[in-house]
Amino acid sequence: MELFTNQVLAGIATGAIYACMALAVVMIYQAIDHLNFAQGEMAMFSTFISWQLMQWGIPYWAAFILTLALSFIAGIAIERILFKPLAKAPILTNVAGFIALFAIINSSAGLIWDFTIKQYPTPFGSAPFLGSQLISTHQAGMIGVTVLLLLGLYFFFQYTRIGLAMRAAASVPESARLVGINTSWMIALGWGMATAIGAIAGMLIAPVVFLEPNMMGGVLIYGFAAAVLGGLTSPFGAVVGGFLVGVFENLAGTYIPGVGNELKLPIALALIISVLVVKPAGLFGRHIVKRV
Amino acid sequence: MSAVEEVVTEAPAVEAVPKRAMTLGTGTSLLVLAALIIMPIFVKNFIIFQMTMLLIYGLAVLALNILTGGSGQFSLGQSAFYAVGAYTTAVLMEHFEVNYALTLPIAGIVCFGFGFLFGQPALRLSGVYLALATFALATAMPQLLKLNFLEHWTGGVQGLVVTKPDAPFGLKMSQDMWLYYFSLVVVIGIYLLAVNLLRSRSGRAFMAIRDNEIAASAMGVDVALYKTLAFGVSAAITGIAGSLGAIAVQFVAPDSYTITLAVSLFLGMVVGGVGWLPGSIVGAAFIIFVPNIAEGISKGLSGAVFGVLLFLVIYLVPHGARQVAILGQQLAGKLRKN
Repeated sequence: MELFTNQVLAGIATGAIYACMALAVVMIYQAIDHLNFAQGEMAMFSTFISWQLMQWGIPYWAAFILTLALSFIAGIAIERILFKPLAKAPILTNVAGFIALFAIINSSAGLIWDFTIKQYPTPFGSAPFLGSQLISTHQAGMIGVTVLLLLGLYFFFQYTRIGLAMRAAASVPESARLVGINTSWMIALGWGMATAIGAIAGMLIAPVVFLEPNMMGGVLIYGFAAAVLGGLTSPFGAVVGGFLVGVFENLAGTYIPGVGNELKLPIALALIISVLVVKPAGLFGRHIVKRV
Repeated sequence: MSAVEEVVTEAPAVEAVPKRAMTLGTGTSLLVLAALIIMPIFVKNFIIFQMTMLLIYGLAVLALNILTGGSGQFSLGQSAFYAVGAYTTAVLMEHFEVNYALTLPIAGIVCFGFGFLFGQPALRLSGVYLALATFALATAMPQLLKLNFLEHWTGGVQGLVVTKPDAPFGLKMSQDMWLYYFSLVVVIGIYLLAVNLLRSRSGRAFMAIRDNEIAASAMGVDVALYKTLAFGVSAAITGIAGSLGAIAVQFVAPDSYTITLAVSLFLGMVVGGVGWLPGSIVGAAFIIFVPNIAEGISKGLSGAVFGVLLFLVIYLVPHGARQVAILGQQLAGKLRKN
């Protein structure tokens, strides 16, 4: 029993990483209706920028805020420059664009900061949290930040005019345009916010997985899986999905014989797919009815 | 965040390509064919090898094109089918000493079964969900091939070495050249089959599902059957491509068949034009040669150069090589009128 609770706790701790990433994924999915394959790389690049700022002697929180602002602007710029011209192109062409962006960011980060692993500081310290060996204060802080972020997003979307406008632009673009919402800029705003959330995820994850250009590869896959499991239309679902995927993965690794680290990912994905077969819109996703 | 059901009139994810627009005219086809037959006589063995790989990747892209361009289903798991085909051939050739040519149909049948079965749970999923499911398959495959209890057959992480066949009937041809012509015959055969499949009743059913699934089922198309069938056919063709690939490269190992391969095949399809079968070979050329070109321009930034080139292509021709072909046709038509 103790092994079980310990594994669940450890799962929640890694789940916080996935939840953060899943939030960013849902954010952009809400804005543009696609999964952005370059999201992880964008988060990685933001994290490198904050690292660089700290190397130049800027204190952690100042670098944190500055990175958020820069990422927000960069996200909007990427949308305006690279993806707005593709707005009328087929969806699959857009996906190819994401893959191109992935290659560009990954390779430039490798050239600027090279591929050696770097230490990344944590603002929360890494002592055991409340005497538990499994969760460190950093991981507890990460869970806290994820929950705060989720609350913030909830209030933003439910109670602000611009949040409402973004939701309208995403769900019924034509009607939104008719009532005077600039849907094209709402998409850009969605990119900016998703990039900023990705930056937060990256900066929280970096102390755990260490900083290097390929740090986000695995995390993004779990983030996608978490977002899809929770339902791509629900930020709350994404966070729950993130924690569930973390717990799934740990329990599968502990209790199913023959599952080493190698098979953890396939098993977690297989579980998610079984859930999707039963609930195709994810656990908390809205069921969308199609008109013929 | 509300529980209200949303009603949307969704544009299909894949554009409707009329079936006539899916192929080339007879004249152009014969020209391309003639070029493909004559070329190896004038070039070095290494280039012949690259052209063989071009045909093989072209075949794999074609398979994805039937699935996505034909039936509107998206797959990031093609590398798994490719791996199954490659391993079937390698195991049959090395452990059972089956003739290489015979392993191709066997690989095709094995992959058809595999794809058809995988299509069953995938039936309930579409769009991003299907992408995730197929993606899971692609990430699981290399790990499954490394499993301990299969190691006796698959050679584990080490993989298997495959012997390259000599030209038969005492033909005075290098191994590379023989393999090229062998692949060419297989590819042309499958291309013709694929074109005919899309023109048949089944092909029309695929396209009806692609354009509007609900309308298709209302008109009496057995959606479940045809969707899984499309998966099966696509997997079978990918598997045959995998077999040829194993023979050409003379080596199979789990890490040659990662998600990167599936992503490349996807890019090949987009660059060639989704739903335009002859574009597959153009797409294959892109995924084989452009990374090399990028490496040539800058070693350290090869990924970035590749990305920029890819962006250039999708800006200039968002519909891929098909768009170029259509433009060419229109130009030719104008010239003829003058």
